Amino acid sequence: MKFSSIVYSIKQGFKNIHRNRMFSLASIGTIATCLFLFGIFYFILANFRYTVKIEEKSVGISIFFDDGATQEQIDAIGEQIKARPEVATMEYISAEQAWEKYKQDTFANEQELVDTFQDDNPLADSASYVVYLDNVSQQPEFVEYVQHIDGVRKVNNSDKLAKGLSDFNILLGYGSAAIIILLLAVAIFLISTTITMGISVRKEEISIMKLIGATDYFVRSPFIVEGIIIGLIGAMIPLFILYLIYNQAITYIGQKFSILSNILHFLNINHVFGTLIPISLAMGVGIGLIGSIITVRKHLRV
Amino acid sequence: MRKEVEELFEEPIEPPIIVLEHVSKTYSNDVDAVKDINIKIRKGEFVFIVGSSGSGKSTLIKLLLKEIEPTSGKIYVNGKDITRLRRRNVPKFRRNLGIVFQDFRLLKDRNVFENVAFAQRVIEKPIRTIQRNVPSILSLVGLSDKQEAFPKELSGGEQQRVALARALVNNPLILLADEPTGNLDPKNSWEIMSLLDEINKRGTTVVVVTHNVEIVDAMQKRVITMNKGVMINDEQKGGYSNEI
Repeated sequence: MKFSSIVYSIKQGFKNIHRNRMFSLASIGTIATCLFLFGIFYFILANFRYTVKIEEKSVGISIFFDDGATQEQIDAIGEQIKARPEVATMEYISAEQAWEKYKQDTFANEQELVDTFQDDNPLADSASYVVYLDNVSQQPEFVEYVQHIDGVRKVNNSDKLAKGLSDFNILLGYGSAAIIILLLAVAIFLISTTITMGISVRKEEISIMKLIGATDYFVRSPFIVEGIIIGLIGAMIPLFILYLIYNQAITYIGQKFSILSNILHFLNINHVFGTLIPISLAMGVGIGLIGSIITVRKHLRV
Repeated sequence: MRKEVEELFEEPIEPPIIVLEHVSKTYSNDVDAVKDINIKIRKGEFVFIVGSSGSGKSTLIKLLLKEIEPTSGKIYVNGKDITRLRRRNVPKFRRNLGIVFQDFRLLKDRNVFENVAFAQRVIEKPIRTIQRNVPSILSLVGLSDKQEAFPKELSGGEQQRVALARALVNNPLILLADEPTGNLDPKNSWEIMSLLDEINKRGTTVVVVTHNVEIVDAMQKRVITMNKGVMINDEQKGGYSNEI
């Protein structure tokens, strides 16, 4: 297509929107609502995942060894664990460190009681590795693997928390995907209606174009441009609004639910929008393209 | 032999530009719009197709424009069998044809210049070419001073001249005019016909579908007469047939 024809199609696309103001506004409004909700879901999902990620890293798995295991055996087990790709970090807690920690946690104000143990370490066989994984969903598989390593006596892990976090994450993903798909379908339908209106308004012009020898591509492109413009505007409006409210929203949530402030972790605005802007714009253009292509293929056959 | 025939007619015989061979068209409601039509139109000819309503005249135009397909038979335009033309090649084929309608079919929201330029724009002519061609064709149809006017500001005759300019600006091989004088008074009708004659003299093949008895009788061109989908008469330098 020639440059002048591209300019022509863009001009005609804007003209179509202007001629069909009410329907265009309805389409833009629907896409904007759809992508606004998408943005909100994305905020929740992205921040939730971020929180989960941070929490995941604090869910440690303790690995204890058989009674009488030598330091060499313990080191060998450590090497095997370290080689696993899902391991984010791990630390070794010797029996002495475990006893020191236990003393501090349990007998802090009862020095006399501690003294009765003298140099005996009641936790002599309680050396352990504490392992933190990248992703909590990998925990069952990892635990299964470690339990089968020779010399491992016991693996302590928080199954329920891991599973709970993982399940909630999936549920939220599916729920938001279902609502967004439904809204996308409505948006595509409305764009299609808008373009059908545009085609019927320009029926005469289209029939002349076809008789004069305009290609399908030339006849269709203004309507496809119209769809893309509607989609783009529909995407830019919610992005703008969401950008304005994001920081206020996280400050509000932080204040209102201060009890959760230790648990919730929020992503930085630039980080969130670095992903949300291209996704939303692509979705807007995609909705416009799909809606308009379906319509012109149906109504504009030469 | 050909030379002898040409000498006999005192003018060279051009090859046929439109050929219809045993063309029939039956619509889905079992109406036979045209039946077994055989027509040859040579390059540079001026042909009237006449007949009453429902005689199949408009179906012939639609078949030539490839708006509809024949139920049987072959249609050749400029040597090509258009019944076998692929859909994606239809736009290119139509650029060989100029078309004028009874109701002008101008774009009401565009002025005269833009209406004519539209025909060049849709076939993606460069803007410079459009700016050169449009004034020249408007001058041919006598509308140089009305370039800025909108269709509603023009008389019927002027609107038809704009439509004619739009049909001609792409320099078509064939000009198809479907009842071009149907909405015009006698004076304007004659002006349009004179223009069509002038265009024909410049080398364009002109096919005019009409009801206008006076014009057909006066112009003494080839007349093909249709009745109930059948071609009943084909006469060089003929008149409006008494049989219809």
